[in-house]
Amino acid sequence: MIKIHSIETMGALDGPGIRIIFFLQGCPLRCLYCHNPDTWKPSGGSNYSAEEIIQKALRYKPYFHKNNGGITFSGGEPLIQAEELLQAMKLAKENGLHTALDTSGYYTCKDSVISELLKYTDLVILDIKHEERNMYKKITGLEIDRHKNFKKLLEIAQSKIWLKHVVVPGLTDDVSHMKSLEEEVRTFPLDRVEKFELLPYHSMGQMKYDELEMEYPLTGVEEMNMEQLKELKKHIKLDCLI
Amino acid sequence: MFKKWNEFEKGIWAEEINVRDFIQKNYSPYTGDESFLVEKSERTTTLFSKVEELLKEEQKRGIYDIYTNALAGIDCAGAGYVDKDNETIVGLQSDGPLKRLINPYGGVRMVEGAIEAYKLDVPKDILTDFKKYRKSHNEGVFDVYNDQIKKARSAGLMTGLPDAYGRGRIIGDYRRIALYGIDYLIEEKKEYLKNMAFPFTEESLRNREEISDQIKALKKMKTMASAYGIDISVPAADAQEAVQFVYFGYLAGVKENNGAAMSLGRTSSFLDIYIEKDIEKGLINEIQAQELIDQFVIKLRIIRHLRTPEYDELFAGDPNWITEVLGGMGQDGRTLVTKTTYRFLHTLTNLSAAPEPNMTVLWSESLPESFKKYCSRMSIETSSIQYENDDIMRPMHGDDYAIACCISAMRVGKEMQFFGARCNLAKALLMAINGGIDELTGEKIIDGIDKIDSEILDFNQLMDNYKKVLSKVAELYVNTMNSIHFMHDRYAYEAGQMALHDGTVGRYMAFGVAGLSIVMDSFSAVKHAQVKVVKENGLTKDFEIRGDYPAYGNDIDDVDYLGNEILSFFTNELRKHKAYRNAKHTLSVLTITSNVVYGKKTGTTPDGREAGAPFAPGANPMHGRDSAGALASLNSVAKLQYENICEDGISNTFTVIPEAIGKLDRHRIDNLAAIMDGYFGQKGHHLNVNVLRKELLLDAYDNPDKYPNLTIRVSGYAVKFNKLTKEQQMDVINRTFHQTM
Repeated sequence: MIKIHSIETMGALDGPGIRIIFFLQGCPLRCLYCHNPDTWKPSGGSNYSAEEIIQKALRYKPYFHKNNGGITFSGGEPLIQAEELLQAMKLAKENGLHTALDTSGYYTCKDSVISELLKYTDLVILDIKHEERNMYKKITGLEIDRHKNFKKLLEIAQSKIWLKHVVVPGLTDDVSHMKSLEEEVRTFPLDRVEKFELLPYHSMGQMKYDELEMEYPLTGVEEMNMEQLKELKKHIKLDCLI
Repeated sequence: MFKKWNEFEKGIWAEEINVRDFIQKNYSPYTGDESFLVEKSERTTTLFSKVEELLKEEQKRGIYDIYTNALAGIDCAGAGYVDKDNETIVGLQSDGPLKRLINPYGGVRMVEGAIEAYKLDVPKDILTDFKKYRKSHNEGVFDVYNDQIKKARSAGLMTGLPDAYGRGRIIGDYRRIALYGIDYLIEEKKEYLKNMAFPFTEESLRNREEISDQIKALKKMKTMASAYGIDISVPAADAQEAVQFVYFGYLAGVKENNGAAMSLGRTSSFLDIYIEKDIEKGLINEIQAQELIDQFVIKLRIIRHLRTPEYDELFAGDPNWITEVLGGMGQDGRTLVTKTTYRFLHTLTNLSAAPEPNMTVLWSESLPESFKKYCSRMSIETSSIQYENDDIMRPMHGDDYAIACCISAMRVGKEMQFFGARCNLAKALLMAINGGIDELTGEKIIDGIDKIDSEILDFNQLMDNYKKVLSKVAELYVNTMNSIHFMHDRYAYEAGQMALHDGTVGRYMAFGVAGLSIVMDSFSAVKHAQVKVVKENGLTKDFEIRGDYPAYGNDIDDVDYLGNEILSFFTNELRKHKAYRNAKHTLSVLTITSNVVYGKKTGTTPDGREAGAPFAPGANPMHGRDSAGALASLNSVAKLQYENICEDGISNTFTVIPEAIGKLDRHRIDNLAAIMDGYFGQKGHHLNVNVLRKELLLDAYDNPDKYPNLTIRVSGYAVKFNKLTKEQQMDVINRTFHQTM
């Protein structure tokens, strides 16, 4: 059974075309800017079998066919449930669905499971929290090693890759970081990296922290200025940058 | 045979009136993109700025002007112009722009109400003779209504009935004038009349009289055109004349009638034949071709009718539903999209977004991809287009049908419909609980229904009682409609529009429902949660709901299919009662903006909706209850069945923020087209598409002057946002905006 936090039947950003997105419950990362803290705890959510998930997704197939749309697993951190997820991914491919995995690359299962999973994953949307060890820990609260391992497994897989990174004022918005970020992206198999996106930090998540009566870690941090973001982008010389 | 026809490919259209055959033999399908389109011409620019000034002034005054020299009629006024030198297409309803006609044939009270409300300066005796010597449709209807009908009507069980105003919904085949000329049409009618044999019965005598009236109306059209120095007795010679003649046909219709919704039909690909011929011959260029369509559309945008403020409040923004269907596929597999289909849609760019004409794209899986993308782009830019499923309508209506009003399909010139507004399904449900008594007034409306006495509502018991109510409502509704249309034919017959039909026409009687989603959710609540009734003086006034229930709009079969169960039951009940002139019963799920008014007249419902709160528009799920995302909501609506159940259409309004359908413009365009392919591929019938931000509407709510052209689609038509009442604006803002985080 897969623990699902929620389902969005019309996604248009998390993969090509129209997507049905399954947000999986549970995430061990504690990213400072996370806007879905309600997905953190490993318990809760509703249980779905792989068959149920695919059956649900197939109801939206009429919207997918022409623009390569399909199913996206996001979260939470979907790889926390990698073994169960593998069944769903396999079934999705058997039913001709385009599959995407939206992940930070953090997993706890065996490498072989991830490698097997990637065989059925058409697109990996990988969040580069930070390329540098200390900053990674500062942002997520965890060590970077698992992310690095995932990257290795991804290198030898066939999946297409979208990379993303959140730019937070005062945290990840300096020019030198942009340059090392560029270097980091260059270590990926660039022929498979279809895009690299810098996402501006927004504070819309704060509401959820209030609802959950949790302290918001970035209280007082301004939203990322779009003009400034444009300026920062100029320091990255990559075709895949959007 | 006309000489003018020599350059066309011949077919049966040259032997008999058959516009479809002419189109099929002569049109050029267009599968390219929009890159050929041009800006508006200088003449159009000058004319349009004058029109915009007039519209601003009209917005201030409420009504710009009124024509008092004569009562409404095809030839009631001489020529009128906005700016004669710059008008490529001429013709106004009266002798000046935005001057409304006085049309008492549908109902004198509507006219008097408007004159009084707007404090219009008209001669006191303008209606004296009419009242003395003639009878209006409205008077006729109330002569025959019985008490039961009157009670059901004032309780709001049936609302919006065309018993006090012109019924509309009739689409003349205005193209016939351009192709054949009036004289040919008169000869055909005379021939038809001649061939009508004995016996002379009540029915055949009425037919004979109507055909004679049609002939007179055709003659009046010639008089009307000749005031402009134009001879429409013979076929159009070129593109300018073709557009002009078609427009004159439509103009005659809106001079003769103040009908609720008078569609234009399906003219663009017909006109394209003339335009492409002229371009080929080097007579006109693209700028002039676009000018013809731009100017035609300007004329359509300044059609006006005199109506009461209450009427305008119900429907918001003075709508005319000048519906033009665009695109679709032919039965031979060729697309009916032509360059002029693009030129029509392009008026939304050249002349800014606007509600009229009501642009209606017939969507098919097989439409050219570039056309799908262009429509999608125009929807994203203007929120002014509605889409309807050609793939489910074409098998029933062929490939030369048009849409009356919002969603009612009929073959152009061959079929008409008797418009029937709608009955309030949610109120009927409350009557099933309260034993036929109106929950607001305590008055008994429906006889022979037992009260439900149990404290907790039981699904089967409620359904049984509901069906009893519905079958009584069906009998009442059909007989009410029979009264209305008998009298309308008698006292406000649309001779001009019917003259542009075949002698023998097919008739639909179009019934409608409102409040469907409330009824579906109520039954789901009763089934899956516990619904306890709260009584006051023996009447159920409120409900306590314990537990959750699956709501319509989340792609859950269990509740979604309740819709078909109720609708198919109701359709079958309606069919048990003979309709006037052997019309075929059809049913629609459509509210227009009246979902707000219906809500006001309906008490608290078992789904948890509070008394007085608006209904969802059309077939939409209730706002906020479709929480599984936009596609789940679309899937739910698509399950409501068009064939055999709702053949007068199922209206769905889809509002989405731009960010939710993609990051870049090209993604949004592709994705919106994919959404429509998906929805219509599952046999969804109709979709209004709005691509808007809530913040924008909130700003427009506070600062109407900043957004003079902000247009949005509501159920079945489009309105200028700032012409809605504040209450309706809030209702639009409160509805579900699909977005993803």
